[in-house]
Amino acid sequence: MLFQGLLSLIAYLPLAGALLLLFFPKDAKKGIAYFATGVAALDFLISLPLFLQWDSSLAGFDERTIERLDWIPSIGVQYIFGVDGISMLFVMLTTLLGLIAVLSSWSAIKERVKEYYVFLLLLQTGMLGVFMALDLFLFYVFWEVMLVPMYFLIGIWGGSNKLYAAIKFFLYTLAGSVLMLLGILAVYFYYGARTGVYTFDIALLHTLGADPGFLALSKWVFWAFFIGFAIKVPMFPFHTWLPDAHTEAPTAGSVILAGVLLKMGTYGFVRFSLPMMPEATKLYAPWVLALSVIGIIYGALVAMVQRDWKKLVAYSSVSHLGFCMLGVFALNVNGINGGILQMLNHGLSTGALFLLVGIVYERRHTRMIAEFGGLSRQMPVFATIFMIITMSSIGLPVLNGFIGEFTILAGAFLIPPEVGISVLGWELGGKFWAVCGVTGIVLGAAYMLWLYQRTMFGPLDNPENQKLSDCSGREVLYLAPLVALCFWIGIYPKPLFNILDKPVAQIVQQLQGPAAPTGVAESLTPSRR
Amino acid sequence: MSDFLWLIPLCPALGFLVNGLIGRKLSKRAVSAVACGVVLLSFLLSVAAVAQLAAMPAGERVMENRALTWIPRVDSGGGPPGLALDWLYVLDPLSAVMILVVTGVGFLIHVYSIGYMWEEQGYWRYFTYLNLFMAMMLTLVLGGSFAVMFVGWEGVGLCSYLLIGYYHTRTDCADAGRKAFITNRIGDLAFVAGTLTLFALFGTLEFRPILAAVASGEGPYWVLAAVGLALFVGACGKSAQIPLYVWLPDAMAGPTPVSALIHAATMVTAGVYMVCRLAPLYLAAPVALTVVAIVGAATALFAATIGIAQNDIKKVLAYSTVSQLGYMFVAAGVGAFGAAVFHLTTHAFFKALLFLGSGAVIHALHHEQDMMKMGGLKAKLPVTHAVFLCGWAAIAGVPLTSGFFSKDEILWKSFLWSPLLWASAAATAVITAFYMTRLMGLTFWGRSRMDHHAEAHVHEVPGVMKWPLIILAALALLGGFLSVPPALGGDLMPFTLEGWLHPVFTPATYAASGHHGAHGGDAGHAGEEHGGHHGAAAEYGLMLLASTLAVLTMWLGWRLYDRHPEKAAAWKERFAGIHGVLKNKYWVDELYDAVVIRSFYSLCRAAHVLDVRVVDGVVHLVRNVTVGTSYLSVFWDTWVVDGLVNLTGRTVRAGSGVLRRLQTGLAQSYASAMVLGLFLLICVYMYMS
Repeated sequence: MLFQGLLSLIAYLPLAGALLLLFFPKDAKKGIAYFATGVAALDFLISLPLFLQWDSSLAGFDERTIERLDWIPSIGVQYIFGVDGISMLFVMLTTLLGLIAVLSSWSAIKERVKEYYVFLLLLQTGMLGVFMALDLFLFYVFWEVMLVPMYFLIGIWGGSNKLYAAIKFFLYTLAGSVLMLLGILAVYFYYGARTGVYTFDIALLHTLGADPGFLALSKWVFWAFFIGFAIKVPMFPFHTWLPDAHTEAPTAGSVILAGVLLKMGTYGFVRFSLPMMPEATKLYAPWVLALSVIGIIYGALVAMVQRDWKKLVAYSSVSHLGFCMLGVFALNVNGINGGILQMLNHGLSTGALFLLVGIVYERRHTRMIAEFGGLSRQMPVFATIFMIITMSSIGLPVLNGFIGEFTILAGAFLIPPEVGISVLGWELGGKFWAVCGVTGIVLGAAYMLWLYQRTMFGPLDNPENQKLSDCSGREVLYLAPLVALCFWIGIYPKPLFNILDKPVAQIVQQLQGPAAPTGVAESLTPSRR
Repeated sequence: MSDFLWLIPLCPALGFLVNGLIGRKLSKRAVSAVACGVVLLSFLLSVAAVAQLAAMPAGERVMENRALTWIPRVDSGGGPPGLALDWLYVLDPLSAVMILVVTGVGFLIHVYSIGYMWEEQGYWRYFTYLNLFMAMMLTLVLGGSFAVMFVGWEGVGLCSYLLIGYYHTRTDCADAGRKAFITNRIGDLAFVAGTLTLFALFGTLEFRPILAAVASGEGPYWVLAAVGLALFVGACGKSAQIPLYVWLPDAMAGPTPVSALIHAATMVTAGVYMVCRLAPLYLAAPVALTVVAIVGAATALFAATIGIAQNDIKKVLAYSTVSQLGYMFVAAGVGAFGAAVFHLTTHAFFKALLFLGSGAVIHALHHEQDMMKMGGLKAKLPVTHAVFLCGWAAIAGVPLTSGFFSKDEILWKSFLWSPLLWASAAATAVITAFYMTRLMGLTFWGRSRMDHHAEAHVHEVPGVMKWPLIILAALALLGGFLSVPPALGGDLMPFTLEGWLHPVFTPATYAASGHHGAHGGDAGHAGEEHGGHHGAAAEYGLMLLASTLAVLTMWLGWRLYDRHPEKAAAWKERFAGIHGVLKNKYWVDELYDAVVIRSFYSLCRAAHVLDVRVVDGVVHLVRNVTVGTSYLSVFWDTWVVDGLVNLTGRTVRAGSGVLRRLQTGLAQSYASAMVLGLFLLICVYMYMS
């Protein structure tokens, strides 16, 4: 069932839906919600074959789905859509979370309903475009386009401090992407000057990875891309837009923000920095690792003392994404596989956490942790789901978080000892990053279990909480797939590993470089007779 | 024929699913039938599996079952090897002992729980968690790799958390559950670090290849030692050793059968099990083993002293558990892994018995746990008292009871290692005898200190609770004959537990299977038994000494607490200072709270302030600078740029004011101006040419 044009269909269906929504009368709130849900559901359904019929033996992009058109021939801009195993998984994540986000908005959004769903659907097209674009220019266009609907979602339907958060989000990410644009142009002109072909085609630009002449320039380009991606991830110290944006955004916005938008940063590293600039990546990996590890610990520490339920979850994202970055910059199969899986896992479990906060917020109109307590008595179904997601978030085995964390750490423990930086005469490297990463295991448990205890356990003494109703059927319906996926990835992640196998191996090969024989790696792992 | 091993943990997992999903709607009878049924089934499967294992020749007793690929082997792209994990279950003599203990004792406690929990809210929830615990514990002991073991390891931790916090509307229960989980996680941090270091070293996480490599001398010594220590820190978390023991006494907030199952008989022994499982690794890095022995001995003595001064019946038993676990680590630490597992087994019998017995008391007294409000229960609870006597005899080490054999074995092995260690362990034994006698005295003997209302309602346990107690009492008395030490004629017995376990702890077994298939499973056997025949006289002497001391202490305790309680009170007065220290548990909890928790929380606050003031402060600074600059540029724009424009405008305007005068609108003046101009042009033209 895979055919040319499927990707465009998936990407633009939400856009078409948004355009049709414009013709709806403003007051047909139910109709608007149903229609948007239908569009999102259809989008998810037509994206399913991508996953179900995926050919795991593919290392590169699936030729069955690649679409290529000339767009601005004079400067070599093409319209290229295509997915490999890595981006396919993110496309699936986006269509799934997109559907769930729409479903979760039915009762949450009462004002300006039409515009809301239009923006939500536009956002989806933007995100899908980012994961599908195989032309750097096109990628950049989608990368920027996506900001606009998100800006409005936060700015119009957000909480009390929404304008501040929306503008901060927009400007901060925009600042990063301008630097990224510089990087893109540098790559474009270098490649054009070198080969005479001016193009933004990612497949061609990736060949720069093997070009020794690119090394000097790539040292600058790496940081240009880094700033762009690191703000999106967000990595410490570029993260402060996130708690505000997350906290102020409406539930669906937070879900999409945490579930998909943050992944674009990490995805960018995997897709562009690693294969295109392997030498610069290896050179600067220690610094990125240091920031990742700081992010893991720092995010967790700050999460610990938050009084706002949603802000706590937001800071936990900083910590979790630090894990993803630790994995990616371990620069071996375990780390990158784990990093990518953990991005998916974070999308599922943190997405679910935001949904759960949203459910309570809708009923109580507060997110202050101190307002709650003993809810498990009043909301047993909610408490059970929350418990499962909490356990997933802190990496309990048999749930998805463990698979991601454990493979990331397995990768981190394989970081060669010489990958380090020296601080005040101390050589920090190799195992140091790994051991710092492991502390995340304790810290995550600490803040999540404390949150759980303060909200769910204890006496149910706040009279306002004594009338709370448990999850409705619709709420269970949109949480159930997330819970099921958490278990599935935890117990049987094999299909995902198979999908990631070849593409990730290819990236690692590119990182090894043509000159480095396998012997180098063997010497790091002494004895496997 | 080992491909059914995965069914052993699966049975309770199914019980978990059934009760978890529809338990709310089932009757209590149905819930209990499901919960106990699946555990019984699991027990029967275990028996069948162990019977198969026993039929194999000694030294080759291994059954492997790769149930499912968990993380497939991936193309490493020329880099370091990818992590590959299978759901691998392995049955060998060690896990055989463990699954029989876990399912056997577990089944008895399930049955007992029916009676104990009958009146409680959320009956189905209790059995759901309990079944999940069984599944996880069996995964832990059957797991053939660090990863699978870790699944169980974390799973039992979760169940422990859920069951400690079972009465979750009570803040202390919820706190205790969280404390347990997080303390365990601190241990897990080290556990994961150790595990992954082994992965980086050997490229696998399965026990047998790793142990085979270690047994044949691979791996740098100090790395192995560090791994051994890191894993032991993990064990300290799970098995409540110094410095991570603090969660276990608090864990007593859970229902009493949970304390018996999880916090006495099974889960807390997981650390001991792991150290024994990795015997070849520890033998390759003896320095780690030394630390194990010292920490074990210190914990044993330390916890035992605290046990003297506790008034909560469950707290006494909790500290006693910490102490007995220390004993097991002493055994493991001196290389007597067989003795450790033997004591683990007998301890499972007698400590489960003691906890369930205390549960019977608490049940009878309507949730009264303070021994100061008990006394004289012997007459009212004859069965409970009788089984308690058995447990008391066993833990104190009365000759021929189970505790006697296993404890004596540990004492003897530690004496061979260092007399100092023996002295510490022997002192622990004496103190154990004392505080257990005190417990008996305060609870069952002497005069009643209950109020009349409570006294009137005291009732003996129902049958469903009675029979598990009686079976456990029998095991506590007779379980020692599983492994009679050679000095007492163990060589003549058809079966000894230590003989059965011996190949598991012998590096040669792994080295052999790693290289050229099985031969010489008994290679190291003769070497290790040297003490057995060397100093038989010394062994008898020490045995006699320890038993005599224990029995004397029991007699003394009996005199004190049954006959002359006023003397006990007088002693307490006399040593009020020491008593205060012990009663307050050396203020370790307070110390941790003041030092660790508070400084951690301050660190979090500091990070938060840093985030808001500095990290976000920089962002705001950038914003303010930008906004400030734009104000400046507005100023510039209004007064300079626009000023110039306006200046130009004004100049033009002023100029035009002059010129405007010329525009008179009169044709004559225009015509005369034109003529004048023409004339001037002609003049210029003529002049130029």
